[in-house]
Amino acid sequence: MASTLETRQTVEEVAGDYKYGFVSDIETVKAPKGLNEGVIRFISAKKEEPEWLLDWRLKAYKKWLKMEEPDWAMLSYHKPDFQDIYYYAAPKSADDRPKSLDEVDPELLRVYEKLGISLQEQEVLSGVAVDIVFDSVSVATTFRETLKEKGVIFCSISEAARDYPELMKKYLGSVVPVADNFYAALNSAVFTDGTFVYIPKGVRCPMELSTYFRINEANTGQFERTIIIADDDSYVSYLEGCTAPMRDENQLHAAVVEIVVLENAEVKYSTVQNWYPGDKDGKGGIYNFVTKRAACRGTNSKVSWTQVETGSAVTWKYPSCILQGDGSVGEFYSVAITNNYQQADTGTKMIHIGKNTSSTIISKGISAGKAQNIYRGLVKVMPNAENTRNFTQCDSLLIGDECGAHTVPYIEAKNPTAQLEHEATTSKISDEQLFYCLQRGLDVEQSVTLIVNGFCKEVMQQLPMEFAVEAQKLLGISLEGSVG
Amino acid sequence: MLEIKNLHVEVGGKEILKGLNLTINSGEVHAIMGPNGAGKSTLSYAICGKDGYEITDGTVTFNGKDLLELEANERAGEGIFLGLQYPVEIPGVSNLNFLKAALNSLRKYRGEEEIAAVDFLKLIRAKAAELEMDPEMLKRAVNVGFSGGEKKRNEMVQMALLDPIFSVLDETDSGLDIDALRIVADGINRMRSPKKAILVITHYQRLLDYVVPDFVHVLADGKIVKSGDKSLAIKLEQDGYSGLGINETAA
Repeated sequence: MASTLETRQTVEEVAGDYKYGFVSDIETVKAPKGLNEGVIRFISAKKEEPEWLLDWRLKAYKKWLKMEEPDWAMLSYHKPDFQDIYYYAAPKSADDRPKSLDEVDPELLRVYEKLGISLQEQEVLSGVAVDIVFDSVSVATTFRETLKEKGVIFCSISEAARDYPELMKKYLGSVVPVADNFYAALNSAVFTDGTFVYIPKGVRCPMELSTYFRINEANTGQFERTIIIADDDSYVSYLEGCTAPMRDENQLHAAVVEIVVLENAEVKYSTVQNWYPGDKDGKGGIYNFVTKRAACRGTNSKVSWTQVETGSAVTWKYPSCILQGDGSVGEFYSVAITNNYQQADTGTKMIHIGKNTSSTIISKGISAGKAQNIYRGLVKVMPNAENTRNFTQCDSLLIGDECGAHTVPYIEAKNPTAQLEHEATTSKISDEQLFYCLQRGLDVEQSVTLIVNGFCKEVMQQLPMEFAVEAQKLLGISLEGSVG
Repeated sequence: MLEIKNLHVEVGGKEILKGLNLTINSGEVHAIMGPNGAGKSTLSYAICGKDGYEITDGTVTFNGKDLLELEANERAGEGIFLGLQYPVEIPGVSNLNFLKAALNSLRKYRGEEEIAAVDFLKLIRAKAAELEMDPEMLKRAVNVGFSGGEKKRNEMVQMALLDPIFSVLDETDSGLDIDALRIVADGINRMRSPKKAILVITHYQRLLDYVVPDFVHVLADGKIVKSGDKSLAIKLEQDGYSGLGINETAA
């Protein structure tokens, strides 16, 4: 792909500013600041939820109250003040929900255009169905009719609670239990929207499904919940992109993603995370505390996580695979870039339970400025998991001499037939590499982008085409000013 | 074309070049020979603007422009190419991608349009064929897993593609067997033109059997101590540097 020059040009256009750092002036409805039972009831009522879901939320809230914020990650940040956050903010016009794009607030549509995701254009050109979560509600879901013909459910989680209560009851919290961890419990109590996907038996989803998240309101947290169920012999590729405006205060994003993969089914989940990373001095930026987990329940099921993490001030995220079905496969491909004062503690967990299960972990961490980048991963082989295979490769690239890269692999093998491999490298962009590129005519930023894209290639090529180009551009933008 | 006057260069606080003078005109091929540590590679890096090579005195002009004012990539844009003694590996970046990005950067610097992808492929395949490079090598990551000879051949393909006005070849012949040497020499000879110039830095006179220079200079202890024609290289081969009264260990 002729990526690098395009990348450079985009970088130049953007000229150092966070491209998505505009604030949209849209009237919103908010819940009162802070968190208590009343707020949870407010959210549940706003979403016209059934009684069982409110009870579920309240149960989660009670558990959360007793939990402590985890501190084992190699991260240092000011703990969020949970009473200083709005837990619900919705565009006012959503009170009478739009039935088609024509009814969507034009101001909102302009926002999407700025984001480069004009819905009309996408509907016509790209064949990507997009569910857009703007602060707390899903504004518009495209392509739903086309999907419906195949029996694919692709809707907001609130709609799913209303329209598909049986599926919701069965799967909500079934992969990430209510009290799994501090932020998952918080999410369970206050999640405001997210996406629900169900692929019926034998269906290969005819298009990539995509959600675009954006935090707009000041002082709002975003707590979306995503559930993807791939029934027997089905396939779906799901894309998730994130941006947030530039603000001086830190904003909290605590999402939960649950994926269930049944017999012979496959789910590919790709994320390009570009939340606002804070400024050059480490002021502001998103706290990205996310729980993502997939359960490969069926025989020969497969899940593949691909993530490109370029944004957020602090990232705390371990997309994991529970390989329960015999012969199930888990994959984790990750690029995490940290620049300036960004911190990322990210990795995966591969829990091998079934026989003949295998997993692959490819992690590429890039650190520049004064940033810290930590890979933390667990490969666990349970006693009955005969013939487990895992291959782990963790590569770190350092740019400059004030940043850090750390690799923290945990391996627990309780079955002697397991074959586990771990490779790790740490390298720097050498003066020789840089000079070589410069001597051939590339400027410094182009050279860094090229070298970094090369370093990440194994992961980048896992991304669907729609995302790959954007992701390559992001690498360049994220590393601006890191050399020279 | 290139005019170097009284060039002093320090590396890590140590003076390596100590008042070097050299003038190269269009159409000429110059060879610089000299013992280890004489400053041959330092000269090539100083011309091309590598970081860490501090110019403490002197001037370098290229077609009337003050080269020392320009960044390394701008010097490349002006038409200067350096074939490295140890070509660098760039994992994950294909030769094709690298060269397309490089060529387009140079074109942009010169105010030209980007080359169309199809035209680029035609061009690079033709250059690879001229230098007998397997086209599959173009798809591989830059220099990764290449043998010594393949790396040097790759440098020649890059040079042929980027079509510089002035090429500096820093010990491009070292470590090559006779077939590889012939290909490298062929690559260099293809760059000979009344409008271009070449500076060959070498340890051995054997390359000069294939690339016959117009001028031969001997660099020792940071200065050019003797200049002549092709016969100087032959004399060096026979008598060694000591035959010229140069103490090799002093350098």
